[in-house]
Amino acid sequence: MAKHETPLLDQLESGPWPSFVSDLKQEAESRTKNEKGVNFQIPVDVCEDLLGVMELSFKHGRTHWKHGGIVGVFGYGGGVIGRYCDQPQMFPGVAHFHTMRVNQPAGKFYTTEYLKQICDLWEFRGSGITNMHGSTGDIILLGTTTPQLEEIFWTLTHDMNQDLGGSGSNLRTPSDCVGQARCEWACYDTQALCHHLTLEYQDELHRPAFPYKFKFKFDGCPNCCVASIARADISFVGTWRDNIRIDQEAVKAYVGGELPPNGGSHAGRDWGPFDIQKEVIGLCPTSCMWMEGDELKIDDRECTRCMHCINVMPRALRVGEDRGCSMLVGAKAPILDGAQMGSLLVPFIKVEEPYDEIKEVIESIWDYWMEEGKNRERLGELMKRQGFQKLLEMTNIKPVPQHVQEPRHNPYIFWKEEEVEGGFDRDVNEFRKHHLR
Amino acid sequence: MAFISSGYNPDKPMENRITDIGPRKYDEFYPPVIKNNKGKWLYHEILEPGVLVHVSETGDEVYSIRVGGARLMSVSHIREICEIADKHCDGYLRFTTRNNIEFMVDSKDKIEPLKKDLAARKFDGGSFKFPIGGTGAGVTNIIHTQGWIHCHTPATDASGPVKATMDVLFDDFQNMRLPAQLRVSLACCLNMCGAVHCSDIAILGYHRKPPMLDHEYLDKMCEIPLAIAACPTAAIKPAKVELADGTKVNSVAVNEPRCMFCGNCYTMCPAMPLADDVGDGIVIMAGGKVSNRITAPKFSKVVVAFLPNNAPRWPETTDCIKKIVEAYAAGANKYERVGEWAERIGWERFFEKCELEFTHHLIDDFRDPAYYTWRQTTQFKF
Repeated sequence: MAKHETPLLDQLESGPWPSFVSDLKQEAESRTKNEKGVNFQIPVDVCEDLLGVMELSFKHGRTHWKHGGIVGVFGYGGGVIGRYCDQPQMFPGVAHFHTMRVNQPAGKFYTTEYLKQICDLWEFRGSGITNMHGSTGDIILLGTTTPQLEEIFWTLTHDMNQDLGGSGSNLRTPSDCVGQARCEWACYDTQALCHHLTLEYQDELHRPAFPYKFKFKFDGCPNCCVASIARADISFVGTWRDNIRIDQEAVKAYVGGELPPNGGSHAGRDWGPFDIQKEVIGLCPTSCMWMEGDELKIDDRECTRCMHCINVMPRALRVGEDRGCSMLVGAKAPILDGAQMGSLLVPFIKVEEPYDEIKEVIESIWDYWMEEGKNRERLGELMKRQGFQKLLEMTNIKPVPQHVQEPRHNPYIFWKEEEVEGGFDRDVNEFRKHHLR
Repeated sequence: MAFISSGYNPDKPMENRITDIGPRKYDEFYPPVIKNNKGKWLYHEILEPGVLVHVSETGDEVYSIRVGGARLMSVSHIREICEIADKHCDGYLRFTTRNNIEFMVDSKDKIEPLKKDLAARKFDGGSFKFPIGGTGAGVTNIIHTQGWIHCHTPATDASGPVKATMDVLFDDFQNMRLPAQLRVSLACCLNMCGAVHCSDIAILGYHRKPPMLDHEYLDKMCEIPLAIAACPTAAIKPAKVELADGTKVNSVAVNEPRCMFCGNCYTMCPAMPLADDVGDGIVIMAGGKVSNRITAPKFSKVVVAFLPNNAPRWPETTDCIKKIVEAYAAGANKYERVGEWAERIGWERFFEKCELEFTHHLIDDFRDPAYYTWRQTTQFKF
């Protein structure tokens, strides 16, 4: 018999998509039965009460969680988010229900051995409820009490060689796409760079010293599977600057219908026979491709590397060999001054250990933002407030036409005194000798 | 429930403390076929919805079976995932950025038993535990935020609307009939932990009533200058307020017509709650993308200003999304994303095809970018 009636939530158990309600109930039941004899360190009915408070929110149309208090582990300013229920008498099992962010491995590959360790720890010292994963990328452990925080941290660091992730005004846990581990399009090793920078900047990740949050995300190619361009303060998007590699035999096989276009991703509908002219050449945004007889030609100098042709004919076309990444900066969600997409700062940079050139750019951006950024001002907002020119100046990057979609629409240039011959200091009396008052 | 120590000594917190070690190294977790072929992959193909093969220059192949999952997941469920991976995949698996799980096997004959196993597992309530799909020109898993399960500022739930929406779009999770991939995302307030602002279809929680002012407690619970500074439209100013019992307290006043309901004040000051059962609800946005393919990444545009929080299944929201998906499926060219389709046919046509009403709420009036969204040409469609 369930502790709380949940008639509204129960309606989310039907339908084909995996039901989180069924899963919460399964965990509630597992705790009640406790067949393994776990010595639960937080209330055994935590999942029952979580269902109860959720049902109440479904009834009220409002959340029943309060602002977090200051909780955490000693010496860190992030990684734990305090959470308290606003109806603790009704739901004592979730009265204190803090979140811990556990830094996921780059690429999100796991062994079951590791995941089982996480499960054992979180069943023992927490609610047994997780997010796999949070939006930023962490493994999210949802719901424990304050006395458990240090214990969990101890077990993670001592027994699992595992650290917490970021929260608050610090470097948030970096995340990446599957990259070269299982993708032929990745132009650099996203996992290596993500992991390296995560370790390099542990202090920035754990001890908030920034004006606001700061995110790194690593996409191996311009398809942007981790959406770095839309949400990272610095996004690292793989690219190349030589030629797309062409296998003309495979081109013929696509044209001849022997290979499915777009890796078979359109198989659910009959789109008719593949038409390379219409589907590839005609859709190329720079019109830099053409057929000569049965050979595909590309004017690579005009290519903007949008990936379309490569996506459509993965067996015929491959990314170039002189690879690296573009760095775009300042992306963010709408809070506060509207959403921003990342703006191109470094058109091309090699991605090679020990990544010194990349770190130089990162650190010059941080120096600027920490000096000039206001409280709770994201990098993108600072860039809007002070201008892209200022960012170029502070990062010592030379302006190039690649930095803009188009040149400015107005002539209101803030000329600096040193840019104008003779400076700004003039003698008005000298002027008046030729121009009467 | 006796307290059991991990080894941590609260009297000497620095004793044997380990910090700043970061995450586990990624390559500890690579299955052998990944470890041996990293950086050597030649091409991939989707063999059927949810099943991919990647082929390496070494001749090796890895077959990935992708299954959807609620990102809210219990340890019992994760243990079941592990059991499957132990049985079929030598104890390895991975998660995708969109909360899918990928089971990888290194030969073709291992696919069918794995698929059969996955498809047979259901929750007691009847839903699939591990639906196979989420690849190619279809709908993949919804990325989302916490909502009412764990967050203090949401204007809608997350897990509930996601479950309801994925039930409605389930066929397109397991099929690849759409013109291109279609990404749905949900953020339960405009803090957008989920960064949904560049999705083909975004479900966004939004408040519509200004904050209530808990005058008696405001100065005790909050730093008033921080609350004032938090407001992006400068709608909050300091105020002296006389309580019912005659005591005068320091508080704030809100210029209500200037409020854009962002909730930033509440983030800084818990004595200014916005949540409301009828005020809160969902904004539907459409036409965004993050890929650079063919056209540049795009922001999603607001196409429905408000839909109510009609728990537990949000029928107004799922109906609206279904209409957009069907209109897109019927009208877009092969490879065209929702936003590219809308731009080609024109937004006036988009509203007609999707049977959505255009209202004044959909005309941007927020600062400079607004101007760039008005029509500055005589080219339009009747």
